[in-house]
Amino acid sequence: MTEASTPRIGALQDNEPPKPHRSRGADIWAQFSKHKGAMLGGGFLIFITLAVLIGPWLWGVDPQKLDIRNKDIRPLWSGLFSDAKTSWARPFGTDNLGRDHMAQILAGGRASMAVGWAAMLLSLMIGTFIGVLAGFFRRLDGVLMRLTDLFLSLPILPLLLVAVTLFRQPLRANFGPEGGMFILIVCIIGVTSWMPTARIVRGDILALKEREFIYAARSIGTRPFAIIRRHLLPNVLSPIVVSATLGLATAIITESALSFLGVGFPSDFPTWGKMLADAVPRMSEYPERVLLPGIAISLTVLGVNYLGDGLRDALDPHIRGR
Amino acid sequence: MLTFTIRRLVLAVPTLLFISLVIFLLLELAPGDPMAQVPLTVPPEVKEKMRLALGLGEPTHIRFFKWLVQFFWIEPQVFIDWMTTKSAIASILPDTDFYTPCGVGAAAECDLRILSWQTRSPVMDIVVQRLPQTLWVVGMAYIVGVLIAIPIGIYSAYRQYSVFDQAGTFVTMIGFSIPPFFTGPLLIVIFSVYLGWLPSIYDTTLKVVSWDTFVIQFKQMVMPVMVLALQTTAQISRYMRAAMLDNLNQDYVRTARAKGLSEAVVVMVHVLRNSMIPVVTVIALGMPAIFGGAIITEEVFKVNGIGSLLIGALFANDLPMVMTLTFMFAILIVLFNLIADILYGVLDPRIRYD
Amino acid sequence: MKLKATLLGAAAAFAMAPMAMAERGTDGNVNVIYWQAPSILNPYLSSGTKDIESSSLVLEPMGRFDPSGKPVAWLATEIPTVENGGVSEDLTSITWKLKDGLKWSDGSDVTSDDLVFTAEYCMHPEGGCAQLEKFEGVKSVEALDPQTVKVTFSEPKPYPYLPFMGAESPVLQKAQFSECLGAKAPECTSANFMPIGTGPFKVDEFKPNDVISLSANDNFRDPAKPAFATMTFKGGGDATAAGRAVLETGEYDYAWNLQLAPDVIAKMEEAGKGKTVAGFGTLVERIELNMTDPSPDLPEGERATAKHPHPFLSDLNVRKAMSMAIDRTLLVEIGYGQAGRPTCNLVPAPAVYASDNTDCMTQDIEGAKALLEEAGYTDSDGDGVREKDGVKLSVVYQTSTNAVRQDFQAIIKEWWSEIGIETELRNISGSVFFGGDPGSPDTFQKFYADVEMYANNFPGTDPEGYLAQYTCDKAPRPETQWQGQNINRFCDPAYDALIAELGKTGEIEKRAELAKKLNDMLTKDTYTILPLVDRGRVSAHSNSLGGVDLNTWDSELWNAADWYRIK
Repeated sequence: MTEASTPRIGALQDNEPPKPHRSRGADIWAQFSKHKGAMLGGGFLIFITLAVLIGPWLWGVDPQKLDIRNKDIRPLWSGLFSDAKTSWARPFGTDNLGRDHMAQILAGGRASMAVGWAAMLLSLMIGTFIGVLAGFFRRLDGVLMRLTDLFLSLPILPLLLVAVTLFRQPLRANFGPEGGMFILIVCIIGVTSWMPTARIVRGDILALKEREFIYAARSIGTRPFAIIRRHLLPNVLSPIVVSATLGLATAIITESALSFLGVGFPSDFPTWGKMLADAVPRMSEYPERVLLPGIAISLTVLGVNYLGDGLRDALDPHIRGR
Repeated sequence: MLTFTIRRLVLAVPTLLFISLVIFLLLELAPGDPMAQVPLTVPPEVKEKMRLALGLGEPTHIRFFKWLVQFFWIEPQVFIDWMTTKSAIASILPDTDFYTPCGVGAAAECDLRILSWQTRSPVMDIVVQRLPQTLWVVGMAYIVGVLIAIPIGIYSAYRQYSVFDQAGTFVTMIGFSIPPFFTGPLLIVIFSVYLGWLPSIYDTTLKVVSWDTFVIQFKQMVMPVMVLALQTTAQISRYMRAAMLDNLNQDYVRTARAKGLSEAVVVMVHVLRNSMIPVVTVIALGMPAIFGGAIITEEVFKVNGIGSLLIGALFANDLPMVMTLTFMFAILIVLFNLIADILYGVLDPRIRYD
Repeated sequence: MKLKATLLGAAAAFAMAPMAMAERGTDGNVNVIYWQAPSILNPYLSSGTKDIESSSLVLEPMGRFDPSGKPVAWLATEIPTVENGGVSEDLTSITWKLKDGLKWSDGSDVTSDDLVFTAEYCMHPEGGCAQLEKFEGVKSVEALDPQTVKVTFSEPKPYPYLPFMGAESPVLQKAQFSECLGAKAPECTSANFMPIGTGPFKVDEFKPNDVISLSANDNFRDPAKPAFATMTFKGGGDATAAGRAVLETGEYDYAWNLQLAPDVIAKMEEAGKGKTVAGFGTLVERIELNMTDPSPDLPEGERATAKHPHPFLSDLNVRKAMSMAIDRTLLVEIGYGQAGRPTCNLVPAPAVYASDNTDCMTQDIEGAKALLEEAGYTDSDGDGVREKDGVKLSVVYQTSTNAVRQDFQAIIKEWWSEIGIETELRNISGSVFFGGDPGSPDTFQKFYADVEMYANNFPGTDPEGYLAQYTCDKAPRPETQWQGQNINRFCDPAYDALIAELGKTGEIEKRAELAKKLNDMLTKDTYTILPLVDRGRVSAHSNSLGGVDLNTWDSELWNAADWYRIK
């Protein structure tokens, strides 16, 4: 019996010693670093983050400093094909009050990136948390989803005004006018935008938890939270990544709408969204004023999107190692 | 599934009552004054009298109760009367006369409908007036957006990292990250100012009766529909692509291919069906928004649909109007989320709620 | 054949052109756009400018103000004065006489009963009439005969041109509104949406907050007018889009109140489809300084009240320095262009009431610095902000959200920082800022900031009520639910005494002298109010629309009957 079976098993035997075991993290990084888009997107995000963090310090021009005599200077490149007023000291030109565009883009990026990331992460965390709980625990489903319905139907503008009335003064006293506003804006955007994520995650979890591998995990006695962490969350990652990408764009734009309603940062505090909104009436004369912040927002969002794509591919065991 | 549906519908009633209470309290709490748009030249005493004439002198709970009665008792009466007398469908039924109007020549006992503070006219009449353009423009944009988004999402996932996928990703992400307050005026500058092809202002008095009027209607719808569809397309195609990618690598797909099913059947039937859950969720979340209109786009093109009605009412602090619109919106949200839940069960029979 | 017909047609049109102007309804349709959409066509139930101006196409008063601010007879045969006997010698009554043969658009006659009814409608205690101020002090309105009405005041009215005068106070048809008195006023939806009037147009369809379709009134008193058969009155959107529709695409003929930066308007005008017209009234963009302490550390109920004077704005030198730092000419150039004039006065017009005060016109940063230095405000810790007795010159500067106002805030912040005053900017949505909600901390009446900017004007041509806003008792405070028009809580018994004197003075020269004195007390004597810009109105009309005569004292559409198509 054993004699006869040996050659058959032989095909299954290792002919050489196995490769040293690689950690999961290294596997993921190996897959991730092969993804060109992800590397490009990630690289761009690092670049733009560094630019807005160090840039204002290197460039050294106050973005709020007015210079009426030098207003409406065009960016350097428009000097190439017309005799527009340009200045080497103002490579991106100035706005209608003579504020330096380069400095504004850098300073505005700092605010927009901070608000965008913080609000997106907050909304993602609330959304995923509620979605997973509602999808996995049937008893919580009804309550949490009705809560979601409630938040979806609340009119945002009155909500904002109430939040401002109640919280602006205490926050301003504790964190200063800009810090307090930052917290208020992030919380408002986070609290009013988690619902789609929650609904999507819940929908996916409802379907996933009836799959065989979850039954298997349950049957070997895995605790619910271990199932969620080890089996469910990795499988709902891709809609979450999409929500994150879209959420970042929405947060940056929403911030500018808030400042229009008087809920945002002080009016002379630049952000990308506000620069874009302010430039719209003059877009045919000064296209650079809409293009610069517009491109900055779009590239950031594209960067996050590609980064998310790479992350998703790297975390998917079906793709990894193929 | 039927018991589930019935249970949820029954449960929806207390949910909606609770939502209406929360919205009402929120509106009460929010700072604002229906007299904000009255010029500063009007003295405060006169403004105070005007506020009292709007019924603002009564305590909150009385006003909430009045609104509930008007919304759930009087407005349905008006609707039933209209159905049995004027509408084409139900006019075969005997005419009813539940509602006793107030106004000129009114009886002593009359039913007061929900009146807007801005226009002093029934809110529902304005909603009915605004619905056609909202449904035409926003609804059409949604349909166009979904119809473009789903094929883009499927093909992008099927040929991941192909030129088509890369181009699709690029265009949709840029489309999504550029807000309508920029794309709207941009289109107007290009197509109305420079080219002069399309009107920049939507004519709500236009009635489509002939080919020519249809062409005019089509022209004035092009730009708002384009702006809105871009956003919808971007959003839905991203979710579609991601969900398809998740499923294309699953074992059952390999099994289906191994069985010798054609590629079209594998992708369009097996994979698509299993990828629809997040997409159905997103579409169901977007449907109430069609009714809610698109605030910025409607304002830019002056479509003056429900969206601009709501924002106008919010700025004018027209609480009865805001309350009614928001609540109708809430009903649709609850309804479409229920529909989405039912569709999950249809798409994936393993999902059970009981 | 075709060419010949066209040529013939053209020739005929040419020959007819002078005639065309003299016939009703021959010029087709005219498109008007207001970026604020009208909600109701009864000016007594809404005093929003958009509603008053749109209803002025249909409803007309006895007398209007012309573009120079002079009263002109409209439905009346003449403007009653003391000289022609229309106003009684003791100034307690005014007698209006209707023109002969006036008809409502439904063909019935206009009689004095309609005027009596209109007064009754607005003065009804439960009606919530928005124009009640026009009827303040009216004791009775009685019909002497079908053409004549006598309005009696309870005390002498030096300025009696309030009821039935101007677009805010037109005549309603008794037959249509008779059942809409008092609490029933809001229920008359069809009457409020489609009032029967005497004006050049009548309403065919009204979609609230959207569009009004009007057509020529067949019973209009001048058989040759209006030249247009129909009018489309569209509302909504923003000023940029409205300007674009008239000046750049030519889709519309008339756009109201283009509140846009001058370079944006100039660029639009380059398209050559239309032109802008500007007119000046009494609207003044101003900075109001808070005389009371708005510090959040004070308990609610005492914050921003007369109990706590402002730590440094109560010092005249600081206020004067803040005014000296401002270059009003530059502000006008950036924000208003042809639609603005720098001003130092609260009452910039009419000419007889306008003070000759021009001391604020030149910016003097160095002078302001010296003034602060002298008054003891020095920058001792070198952070660029002056202080005195440990109090820093640091202000919160609030205004409503509006692109031009935010530009102004940024510029003025810069100037104030040059003289050592630190500024924090805040902008608030107009619906909250101008709302009177006592629960909100952000209303302009509550003034929980040190400095705020907005614009205000007075209706008609008499500034008495306007100047009377700054008496001590009109200060908003918790006891008055924060209502009141004395925004900066200015309080000077001498001022109150002069106001009382103005109320008793009838002669125009004396009134003017008093008004100028009061104006100077608020501006150049105390710098309580820093007027910035005398703001005009810019509207636009297409090149083919003739007869436009911009009127800032009455409805802009006051002479829509005279509009015609330039062929």
